[in-house]
Amino acid sequence: MSHTTSGQPPRQRLLQTPLRRVRGSGSAKQGTHHWWMQRVSSIALLPLTIWFIVSLATSAGMTHVEAVLWIRQPLNAVLLLALVALTFQHTASGLQVVIEDYTNQEWLKIALILAVKGICWLLGIAAVLAVVRIVALPIAV
Amino acid sequence: MSIMQDSREATMVGRRSDGTLIRRPLSPHLQVYDMLQMTSAISISHRITGIVWVAGVVVMTWWLVAAAAGPRAFDAVQWFLGSFLGILLLMGVIAAAWFHTLAGIRHLAWDAGWGYDIPTVYKTGRAVLIGTGVLTALTWLALIVSW
Repeated sequence: MSHTTSGQPPRQRLLQTPLRRVRGSGSAKQGTHHWWMQRVSSIALLPLTIWFIVSLATSAGMTHVEAVLWIRQPLNAVLLLALVALTFQHTASGLQVVIEDYTNQEWLKIALILAVKGICWLLGIAAVLAVVRIVALPIAV
Repeated sequence: MSIMQDSREATMVGRRSDGTLIRRPLSPHLQVYDMLQMTSAISISHRITGIVWVAGVVVMTWWLVAAAAGPRAFDAVQWFLGSFLGILLLMGVIAAAWFHTLAGIRHLAWDAGWGYDIPTVYKTGRAVLIGTGVLTALTWLALIVSW
């Protein structure tokens, strides 16, 4: 059978069960989860990022003591931890899509995505540890 | 199936939700776009600015870790951010961050089903560009005043 521009497309027997099709999870078995989490993190990052940029832009010449005291404040520490976690989540999944779109060798694609995820986890842990350490400093600096 | 006469056919075969095959064009290749159009230029810029922002994320991590490490490490970051290279990096990242933020809001509006008609697309596109310029300038004003 052939199909041309004018002809009707051929029908094909489905190898999927109706349940599988209804679930809509596709071959990656995640459905729209990756896409959806990218939107959710972007909505959360919107106020967090604006808060962070405005906070730092209005206090550019901070000394070390001023910076530590600013990070130590409970509200700032909570928002910083949320910002760091969401930033690295959003960055890793955003870069993953870019890699998936432009890499055509499967091994390279997997290697790059794993490398990005690894770096994002390590930098994220380092940033979280830094905030926690500053909050836990025993003395007033 | 007979042999395809034209390799482009391969990009024309899609599938209906009930599984039957249908001829419809799938993602056209880059070459069909005029990159001087504002729509496609902003689209690829959203990706590029997202990647540029990674540099800012690395600096943010360095800044936090240095603050936790002590005054000497912190002075090193502050010195870098005040150096020529640091200012250049901050300039790029701040502009990229505002662009990615505003273009991201535009994407969220599209996801909600708003703003698909051509006049609105161009209007919001211009708003993203003007907004990026204004917010970047305001951020630098705040930086210079507080330095």
